[in-house]
Amino acid sequence: MAVTDTGQTGAGAKKPSPLFKNLTAKIAAIPMIMTALVVFIGCTLWTIYHSFTKSRLLPAPDRWVGLENYERLWSENRWIVSIENLAIYGACSLILSLVIGFILAALLDRKIRFENTIRTIILYPFALSFVVTGLVWQWILNPQLGLQNVVRGWGWETFTFDPINNADIVIYGILIAGIWQGSGFVMVLLLAGMRGIDEDVWKASRVEGIPAWKTYIFIVIPMMRPVFVTALVIISAGIIKVYDLVVAQTSGGPGIASEVPAKYVIEKMFTSQNLGLGFAASTMMLLSVLVVLIPWAYLEFGGKKNG
Amino acid sequence: MVDATVNAQSGPRGPKPKRVMSSTNIIIYGTLFVVCLYYLLPLYVMIVTSLKGMPEIRLGNIFGPPVEVTFEPWVKAWSEACTGINCEGLSRGFWNSVWILVPSVIISIAIASVNGYALANWRFKGSEVFFTILIFGAFIPYQVMIYPIVIILRESGEGITWFLRLFNEDASAFRLMGSLSGLVIVHTIFGMPILTLLFRNYFTSVPEELFKAARVDGAGFWGIYFRIMLPMSLPIFVVAMILQVTGIWNDFLFGVIYTKPETYPMTVQLNNIVNSVQGVKEYNVNMAATLLTGLVPLIIYFASGKLFVRGIAAGAVKG
Repeated sequence: MAVTDTGQTGAGAKKPSPLFKNLTAKIAAIPMIMTALVVFIGCTLWTIYHSFTKSRLLPAPDRWVGLENYERLWSENRWIVSIENLAIYGACSLILSLVIGFILAALLDRKIRFENTIRTIILYPFALSFVVTGLVWQWILNPQLGLQNVVRGWGWETFTFDPINNADIVIYGILIAGIWQGSGFVMVLLLAGMRGIDEDVWKASRVEGIPAWKTYIFIVIPMMRPVFVTALVIISAGIIKVYDLVVAQTSGGPGIASEVPAKYVIEKMFTSQNLGLGFAASTMMLLSVLVVLIPWAYLEFGGKKNG
Repeated sequence: MVDATVNAQSGPRGPKPKRVMSSTNIIIYGTLFVVCLYYLLPLYVMIVTSLKGMPEIRLGNIFGPPVEVTFEPWVKAWSEACTGINCEGLSRGFWNSVWILVPSVIISIAIASVNGYALANWRFKGSEVFFTILIFGAFIPYQVMIYPIVIILRESGEGITWFLRLFNEDASAFRLMGSLSGLVIVHTIFGMPILTLLFRNYFTSVPEELFKAARVDGAGFWGIYFRIMLPMSLPIFVVAMILQVTGIWNDFLFGVIYTKPETYPMTVQLNNIVNSVQGVKEYNVNMAATLLTGLVPLIIYFASGKLFVRGIAAGAVKG
């Protein structure tokens, strides 16, 4: 766009054309415009287009194959397992982090001592890399030397909790680590929302003699709807992206028991050079984000219109 | 808790009798205490494991404090741990990460602050559209854009090489793909949405009279940016820096894809060291390496306090 601007001024237009207005600002915004158009729109469309072509290794002549990649994708066991894992991890992680985050925020909201210290402790995992988180929990959950061993040492000889090597529960091991890392963030978000609620609401409920927990559930939560929606969107976007945590904690194992879509895509693209499947899978990821994002944008947009 | 009992004793004498040691308070503080223990546990385990010798780890309790404190695992993790045939330890990854971090942070903040400034004070036709695309782009899974970016980096690297060879036939091939500069570009691109939002919201809150007065005095786009906006907004630059330093240091995905083994950032190298299948697992070295990698963001986090919270909350505040 900015290129056409300079072209017009070069032509020597005496009247300041609307394109010429704010020229410096437009030139300064070129990196942003390029990022928006080339990367966010261009690359996304490129990937969607190529998910309908038969490209194993680019650059190669693309051949339109319609939905063939998608059919192969959904008939592959590894992808189905990935989707199931994402569904379990996503549902549990969403509910748990919202519930835990809300309870913690409500506790911190009770005008307690050491609030800053406690908040600092609960939030610090969020500053860490997923790789660090994954590796620490891999070690704590180590069946021979970790938590299981310690509990057995306490005299509970038959205690079994091995979410590293047991394919049935491995995704819950990742869930523990994910919640540990992310719930502090949800708490901070919800606490900020809680602090935004008018003090008079609390006074009124005290006058009415409503117990605090009832006030939280029936008055505060409905009032915090926008904050919850924002938290929901951010958490969901994070869940769909989950990749490093799985790579570090279990490498997708045992076998393919803890595979997730994000990891599936990277491996199809860069390890097994099966680009068509990778593009189809990443388009499916995009689709799942849109399912969350579009209603949210609609609500936001609609709300602004009405207000 | 000591304070609480003191208050309880002095409470009845005061004007407003308040039961500080009420059962509700005991539940609240008790719960929070247990919660804090849970959150601190992994950090504690990392520290004690990294200070134990391997025999002690094999026999002892993972939660037990070290009987004999040794710093050998730290030395080994830093300078001797192996990834494949390379045995230089994590130090190489650390320096790679530093070389990725410094230019990425500077460039991404420079570009995003100008973006935010243009969006807040110099709106042009379509600027809001690009901003909306940017914000929505933040939600697109990286996996959707990763492969075309590989191609763009590869092709523009070749384009630059061709251009350089116009002037100097022996110019060595310029590479963006697999090099640190390519990764810097990627970090700048993907840091842009959140940073632009941060700066735009901040600059919008600057009183407009200030901007108008400078305009009347004849200051232009860059004049106002450098002489008025920049000096006024140091706090937000610090917030942006905290956000970017922790974000880029913790990145794993881009590091794996856009660099080569020699230029792997610390997180990728850490994963390769700990999850390598060869050799005997040295848990103490692994934990020392993990802690070393987590140290930079942890220091920033504990030093920055509320600014960190402000940074991460920026993503949640509507613009």
